[in-house]
Amino acid sequence: MREIQVKEITAKLRELFQSACYNLGEDVIEALDRARKAEESPIGVAILDEIIENAKIAREGVYPLCQDCGLAVVFIDLGQDVHLVGGSLEEAVNEGVRQAYKEGFLRKSVCDCFTRKNTGDNTPCILHVRIVPGEKIHIVCAPKGGGSENMSRVQLLPPAAGVEGVKKLVVDRVRESGSNPCPPIVVGVGIGGNLEQSAILAKRSLLRPLGNPNPSLELANLEQEILEKVNRLGIGPAGLGGRTTALAVHIEMTNCHIASLPVAININCHSHRHKEAVI
Amino acid sequence: MKEKAIKLKTPLTSEQVSKLKIGDRVLLSGVIYTSRDAAHKRIVDAMDKGEKTPMEIAGTVIYYAGPSPTRPGNPIGSVGPTTSYRMDSYAPRLIEKGLKGMIGKGSRGKEVIEAMKKHKAVYFGATGGAAALIARVVKKGQVIAYPELGPEAVNMLEVEDFPLVVINDVTGADLYEEGVKKYQK
Repeated sequence: MREIQVKEITAKLRELFQSACYNLGEDVIEALDRARKAEESPIGVAILDEIIENAKIAREGVYPLCQDCGLAVVFIDLGQDVHLVGGSLEEAVNEGVRQAYKEGFLRKSVCDCFTRKNTGDNTPCILHVRIVPGEKIHIVCAPKGGGSENMSRVQLLPPAAGVEGVKKLVVDRVRESGSNPCPPIVVGVGIGGNLEQSAILAKRSLLRPLGNPNPSLELANLEQEILEKVNRLGIGPAGLGGRTTALAVHIEMTNCHIASLPVAININCHSHRHKEAVI
Repeated sequence: MKEKAIKLKTPLTSEQVSKLKIGDRVLLSGVIYTSRDAAHKRIVDAMDKGEKTPMEIAGTVIYYAGPSPTRPGNPIGSVGPTTSYRMDSYAPRLIEKGLKGMIGKGSRGKEVIEAMKKHKAVYFGATGGAAALIARVVKKGQVIAYPELGPEAVNMLEVEDFPLVVINDVTGADLYEEGVKKYQK
C-alpha cells in the first residue's frame, strides 16, 4: 500500500493543463509538417503555415494555442494499491483545474445549460477514473474545444450495417462537419460497447500519439482506409479546399450487444491537446 | 488564392463590401467588436425592446470570438474565431440594421447569405485555432458591454492588418463550396 496526498494530484493537474494549452505535442507538429509538405492547395499551405507559426508563438507561454482552452477532461488510472489521503479525489482534481485556468490565463468555458451563466473557474471538469493494478497514478489531461466537440456524434447502427456502415458514417460525419471543427482534424472513433462506452472509447482513442496506428493490423488498416477517404473529401485546412482534412483517424474497438453496432465519432481540432504524467 | 491582399479600414460601406469577391484576401484595420452566443442574444433582445445596442450597428464588423483572459500589459489574450453557425439566428437582424461584416469560421445558413445579398454585407473567415497569431494584430482591447458574461462579453478591438479571407460575398457565392469542389476526388 502506497499513501499519496491528493494535493499531489492537484499540483500535477495545475501543471499539465497549462502545459497542454501552450505546448502543442511534437507528434502533432510533425504531422502538421508532413501535411504542409504534401498539401497541394496554395491556400491550404498558407493556413498550415499559420497553424505551425501559431504553435511557435504559444510555446513562448504568453498566448494559449487557442482562445478555447476547452472543457477540462481528465483520465486517471488509479493503482489499486494506492491509498489517497488528504481529501476527496474529485475535489483535488477540480482544484487542479481551477488553479491551472486561473494562473495560466486560460479561458473558462463552463456554464449552466439554460441560464448560460459561467461558473467562472472552468469547473466542474469531466473525470474518468479506472482502478488498475499497481501503486501508481497515471493522469492524462485533455482540454477539449467546443467547436469540434459539437461536430461529434454517437450512432447505434444495426449489426447488418457492418464495417462498411462504420466507414460511411465516419466519412459522412466529416463531410457534414466541413470547416466547423477547425480542420485539419483528428478523428477518434469508438466502436462497440454501448452508448456511453463507444463515446469514451472514441475520446480515449484521441489520446494515442499521432503516427501510432492501432496495434491490431485489421484496425490499423481500417484507420488508414478511412483517413484516405476523408482526405479525398477536399475540405482541406480551415475548410478552404485542399488535401489535408484530417491528420489521423484513430479507432478503438470492443465487443457489443448482439442487437447493436455502436459507433461514436469524436472530432478534435488541430489544436490537439493532451499531456500526461505518472505519480 | 489571390496574391495581393486588399487593405480595408472599418467602418465599412456597402460600396466597399460590394467590390469584394470570394477568395479575396483582406487585411482589415480599425475598430471591430467581439460578440458570440450570449452577447448576440442580449444585443437582439435590446433591439426588440427598442434599447440602445452596445455599439453602432451600421458599418460595423462583428468578430465571433471569446478571447482568453488578458495578461497584464497585453491588449488581449488569444483571440481566434468561434464557429459562426451558432449566430445564424441573430445575424440577419443585425445585417438589416446595416452590419457590413462578420468574421468567424464555418459555413453560414441560407437566411444569413440571403440577408448579405439583400443588404450588402460580407462574411470573412479567420483561421480557426490560430488564436495566438491573431492576438498579435490586436493593438488595443477593451470590454465595452456585458462584463458579467466573462469570455462572452463584448470587446472593442483595435486591429491592424487582421488577415482574413472573403467566404461569402454580396452575390451569395461561397468559398467553402468552391474550394472543396476543386480538391474533391
